[in-house]
Amino acid sequence: MSVQAEQPIVVTGAAAPGRAIPRRRRRLRAFLRNPTFVAGALILTALVLLALTAGLLFPADPQDMVGTPLLWPGQDAEFPLGTDSLGRDVLARLVYGTRASLLVGVAAAAIGLAIGMVVGAFAGFLGGRVDAALMRLVELFQTTPTFILVIVIVSITEPTIPTIAMAIGLASWPTVARLVRAQFRSLRETDFVMAARSLGYSPLRIIVQEILPNALPPVIVAASVMIANAILTEAGLSFLNMRDPNVISWGGMIGDGRDQLRTAWFLTALPGAAIAMAVLSLNLVGDGLNEILNPRTEP
Amino acid sequence: MTAGAALLSVDKLSVAFPGHTAVHEASFSISPGETLALVGESGCGKSVTAFSVMRLLPPNARVASGRISLEGTDLLALSEAEMREVRGARVSLIQQEPMTSLNPVLSIGLQISEVIRRHEKVSRKAARERAVELLDLVSIPNARNRIDDYPHNLSGGMRQRVMIAMAVACQPKLLIADEPTTALDVTTQAQVLDLLDDLRHRLGMAVLLITHDLGVVAQWADRIAVMYAGRIVEQAGIEPFFASPMHPYSRGLLGARVDVDADEHYGSHRLTEIPGSIASAAGQTGCSFAPRCPVVQAACRQAVPPLTPLGEGRAVACPVTTSVPLANRPSFPLSGAGARQ
Amino acid sequence: MRMGRRIASTLKRTAIHALPTVLGIIVLDFLFLQLMPGDAADVMATEAGSATAETVAALRHQFGIDQPVLTQLANFLSHLARLDLGYSPRFNASVGNLIMARLPNTLLLMVSALTLALVLGIVVGSVMAAWQGKWPDRALSVVVLLFYSMPGFWVGLMAVVLFSVKLGWLPSDGNETIGANLSGFALVSDRLTHLILPALALASFFIAVYARLTRAAMLEVQRQDFMRTARAKGLHPLLIQLRHALRNALVPVTTVAGMNLGNLLGGAVVVETLFGWPGMGRLTLDAVLGRDYSVLLGVLLLSSFVVIVVNVLIDLLHAWLDPRIGATE
Repeated sequence: MSVQAEQPIVVTGAAAPGRAIPRRRRRLRAFLRNPTFVAGALILTALVLLALTAGLLFPADPQDMVGTPLLWPGQDAEFPLGTDSLGRDVLARLVYGTRASLLVGVAAAAIGLAIGMVVGAFAGFLGGRVDAALMRLVELFQTTPTFILVIVIVSITEPTIPTIAMAIGLASWPTVARLVRAQFRSLRETDFVMAARSLGYSPLRIIVQEILPNALPPVIVAASVMIANAILTEAGLSFLNMRDPNVISWGGMIGDGRDQLRTAWFLTALPGAAIAMAVLSLNLVGDGLNEILNPRTEP
Repeated sequence: MTAGAALLSVDKLSVAFPGHTAVHEASFSISPGETLALVGESGCGKSVTAFSVMRLLPPNARVASGRISLEGTDLLALSEAEMREVRGARVSLIQQEPMTSLNPVLSIGLQISEVIRRHEKVSRKAARERAVELLDLVSIPNARNRIDDYPHNLSGGMRQRVMIAMAVACQPKLLIADEPTTALDVTTQAQVLDLLDDLRHRLGMAVLLITHDLGVVAQWADRIAVMYAGRIVEQAGIEPFFASPMHPYSRGLLGARVDVDADEHYGSHRLTEIPGSIASAAGQTGCSFAPRCPVVQAACRQAVPPLTPLGEGRAVACPVTTSVPLANRPSFPLSGAGARQ
Repeated sequence: MRMGRRIASTLKRTAIHALPTVLGIIVLDFLFLQLMPGDAADVMATEAGSATAETVAALRHQFGIDQPVLTQLANFLSHLARLDLGYSPRFNASVGNLIMARLPNTLLLMVSALTLALVLGIVVGSVMAAWQGKWPDRALSVVVLLFYSMPGFWVGLMAVVLFSVKLGWLPSDGNETIGANLSGFALVSDRLTHLILPALALASFFIAVYARLTRAAMLEVQRQDFMRTARAKGLHPLLIQLRHALRNALVPVTTVAGMNLGNLLGGAVVVETLFGWPGMGRLTLDAVLGRDYSVLLGVLLLSSFVVIVVNVLIDLLHAWLDPRIGATE
């Protein structure tokens, strides 16, 4: 089941410490030369543009009944992707749904990354008891089924976009924490960190200026995977009707369309395909980033 | 060494990788029971040569031309299935790194007995018994209790002994040992090589010993073949070779080495003390050693000098040093001579 | 004998490790649930429609939820020590019974999905690695990437459309044919046909995860020296891949499988709802909507427990696969 699953972030080895960062232009060319990354980035850009221009493309309220209910795609040129059981334009709703998915995905990943990086950095840099205690906490969160945790957090509060994002972020940080911790543990023994220590730099300065930039590549890869996961989790929640009734979401559309599964299965298929496309674009970006930032993964 | 008596004969073998040729027309042969040392710097093609004998080249490499025959069988003409009958039974392999050449998740008993069961129709139990005997043979103490150990339970030297047990399990005619002691410390090195030498005599195997260590060659090899940039540049018996190396590269090697004859010196003498570095064979005409050669002549840069037999099993690929009778040879300065490590 | 010792040491280590986690989860979950606005009495009163403040208070007293938080926790812990998970006012049944009635179904679904995901994922991943860069690898990579990106519950819904609605091959609701009164082989096959779609929906994403992981691990193993050693023995390529490569590649795969258990159980909530599967997942959702603390706490606790227990099994599998584990104790 895709909800809030912890996709393994296959990052081989730690970032080569102290490796000189190639000039920006060479970096850019490496990105553009990677077909996986380019394909993902193109789809993602298109989705972001759709989310931004939804109001211009479809000025009418997508919640309003505009046509005959349950028109199949192609049946009426005015509604290329048909209408739902309440006669609402499916295409317009899909485009508006992009907003909720991307917004929740990015916000949740940002929250998860922030918590995870702080916890991971402290655990990895300080080591010892702090590390042991924090890792216990991580384990606690990882043992608890995260989706159930998200359900519980969302049901404490009202299900709105901010609370859903917060809940998913709160439940998804342990993966990042583990990753950042591993990076910090290997980086804190490197020569340049030792040098910074011997110069008497403060731990905070060492963390932020010396270690973090070198620990970032796998975290960047993780970020795209986290957004993808958050979108999947949000879809699951919306499907279970734990959503803001005033916001159009793809998962919610699947939930609504489910009643007509036997007669009008396109109502379920289309929003699912939209979710898959958004998640696919992020996974492509993640895979591409992994190939670019960790060139050793493939022979 | 006549071709008829040879156990293995490699004739004009060339191995190509995409973009470059790793081995150029290498020819050598090994008689039954003999130890031939294949010597050269890392990257000179000696391991590639050895792997081609077993047809275990990396997927992107291929044998471009040449013939490899083992007891008269053309190995390159065998099907993959026929070749599998040869591997492990008639030719076997010991690799350089004992820490990684054993499978970490399988017991050493299984890893030894699987080669026995592959090539001989014996029961699981009998193969296990044989494995115990083999561990005993390679002087692993308390063999019966170690049989279920995993590689991580053993030290590097012990692991290499297990590798040897595995390699000799089916009493092969030829054992290829690819830098078998490079990863080991000096005392273990001597023990492992002594063991190999002892087994060679007891089992009547020939050994193709790949090394860059002339101390090892002096003590354990019968004959030597020196490789440089994918070509064999000199072949000789051990005594003539150390008494009077003929190819300028061989001379450089010996000059770069400390005491040849002192038995206690089988430490790792790296072959890096010759000025310059191993030449890239790509795009160069003539002798590949020419850029580093102290006696280079204009003709050397025109054509690759052929490996010329001089009798008594000796062959050298250098017209400059072989054209002059031995007594009248100019005593040119050996590059790096006297350089101490 | 050696194996036995390793198993024992693995078990011991895991048990010692798991105990504080269990305690932590108990306390954390309990405190967490106290934050929930409204309680079971509120919900029941709202549903009844005509409850007065007195009846609500009486209900609270009856459920023991009018007492201070720490007293409630102490009560809960002392009950828990006697394996008593409390009483659900909403379902009017003991929480233990409620959960136990549903646990086997969830376990069945979870284990089937995990097995399906591991078997299919490892087979697909191995095939991809064997044909690296050739068309089977490319084609499967696309399929795997798609499964990696599709919400599992949607895969389930689409499978319902195809296999239940269009083809009529498989049932799409419940875990058995109601009122059929089957026995023997018919019962088993009836259950099995009900299991296929939910297990597939739950597994789909994880099939992709394990396939990707297996492919990467198998390719990594091919570069190892011991693979050349195995080839130098004259072993058949298939045997080399199965005995020498796969066993090494399975180590990271099982590690990730262990880390994914919680997510698998979380995913079961959606899938059980979708297929009307009478398991813990649906109970969870009902408990959340009804604000039934005791049931929710029981479910959270027990699902964490299930994760820990299955993790122990995976650790054992891990120790069997990789002799280096548990040997350094």
